[in-house]
Amino acid sequence: MTDERALRGRVAIVGVAESDLGEVGPGVTALDLAEQASGRALDDAGLTIADVDAVFSHSAFYAMPTVTLAERLGVRPRYTDSTAIGGSSFLAHLRHAAAAIDAGLCEVALIAYGSNQRSAAGGLVPSAQNHIPSYETPFGARLPVSAYALAAARHMHQFGTTREHLAEVAVAARRWAQLNPAAFEQSDLTIDDVLGSRMVSSPLTVRDCCLVTDGGGAVVVTSADRARDLPRPPVFYLGGAEAHWHTSISQMDDLTMTAASETGARAFDLAGLRPTDVDVVELYDAFTINTLLFLEDLGFCAKGEAGDFVTGGAIAPGGRLPVNTNGGGLSYCHPGMYGIFTLIESTRQLRGEAGDRQVSDVHVALAHGNGGMLSSQVTVLLGDDSTL
Amino acid sequence: MSDDLPGSPATAPDGLTAPHAVYEACLERGVLAFQACARCSAAIFPPRGRCSQCGADALTWRASAGRATVYSTTVLTPRDRAAHAVVLVNLDEGYRMMSRIDDSEVAIDERVTVEIAQVDGRALPLFVRNGGDR
Ligand SMILES: [Zn+2]
Repeated sequence: MTDERALRGRVAIVGVAESDLGEVGPGVTALDLAEQASGRALDDAGLTIADVDAVFSHSAFYAMPTVTLAERLGVRPRYTDSTAIGGSSFLAHLRHAAAAIDAGLCEVALIAYGSNQRSAAGGLVPSAQNHIPSYETPFGARLPVSAYALAAARHMHQFGTTREHLAEVAVAARRWAQLNPAAFEQSDLTIDDVLGSRMVSSPLTVRDCCLVTDGGGAVVVTSADRARDLPRPPVFYLGGAEAHWHTSISQMDDLTMTAASETGARAFDLAGLRPTDVDVVELYDAFTINTLLFLEDLGFCAKGEAGDFVTGGAIAPGGRLPVNTNGGGLSYCHPGMYGIFTLIESTRQLRGEAGDRQVSDVHVALAHGNGGMLSSQVTVLLGDDSTL
Repeated sequence: MSDDLPGSPATAPDGLTAPHAVYEACLERGVLAFQACARCSAAIFPPRGRCSQCGADALTWRASAGRATVYSTTVLTPRDRAAHAVVLVNLDEGYRMMSRIDDSEVAIDERVTVEIAQVDGRALPLFVRNGGDR
């Protein structure tokens, strides 16, 4: 294979699951949750650990994540990948799995994540101890939120985006969460509630920030041929792209333009699709500004116009574009790294099994992962049988 | 070596070559140091071994005048101390860094100037507002 386009439709997601979410309580480890999600996803796929020959994972809680997880599960993989690019890792794992399966390096890939950050630590657990000097931490920034706040402030300055626009994103996420029984936050939320919340790092309030929850997720991937023999409707991989342009926020060239502008264009090109073809959009909304930036960078609206684009409930249930239909990291679940949940929700929407929040007539889903300080971006396009 | 590199010439303190060690030693002497590439003239920060614009092994230490424009700002109000702004500033020599301004009124596009301060036993390049002066 010399052209990545050849991967289109060659592999499929055949099983997805969450672990227990929210606050699992003391004694339950991050590895327990990854194991639980993995087992449930294999059950969903109609497969067992004996079928799995590839493991993909990343964790802030245990070293050598795939090695640790495989021992726990009883899997001896012939292909292993612990690519660690923050919350976007799991979307990258899917692209890597697609290439590996198509090349014959493995046949059934398990992508899994678990975190008990709420019960164990009560805060974000950094992905790794940093033993190199920082040119940011001595200045009292509260990272990661201050990094996203700096991007939000710049977007407001440059394009006239307002705190009300940011609040629209939080309110839309909450309205979707109210349709999802698994969502952590179910109470009503208004624009004024968001504006009146405690300021964390201006212009972002606590309601502009993602939740701190426990949770795990898993995705099972195999060849399209094998997928057709399994019980669930296959969700086909249509294209994916990865990019990162910086790690520290101070090294991000333009705070209003992320590497999603590159990954979105590439993923759409590989899939032979355009933003207008997408029926549901699952974005990594660690902070409200993320959703605005990614809607612009992925081509759903022009640069600088996302504030207007989301106004009036336009990305909420019943709006013009269904975004983060599970309630997102803002209202559903955010166990440190959220990326895998964009794949799980995309799959459920494409299978038509999303219950009260099901969007009608879904054939194409876009999942987008973010890692670090708007650093790593990964876009994946998924589709049902009709897209092949 | 070109004379039209950004900033003014700076010399690494005796015996130091590691990029971060040179930077810190310069700060302790009251100099905000950065690097410039003798091949492509790019201003480079944070310190490193080779030019990240062109790849050349041609970085040379320079002293910044410490004058900058605020690119973005966020205000934090910690429980244990006064509100402060964490800022990204664009130095006139053509590089960007994070810093702190102990005045939460600072705004994007404002002109600011470095003020190297001793904080917790180390020299830190903080910034102050110019008060309307360019
Ligand atoms: Zn150079």
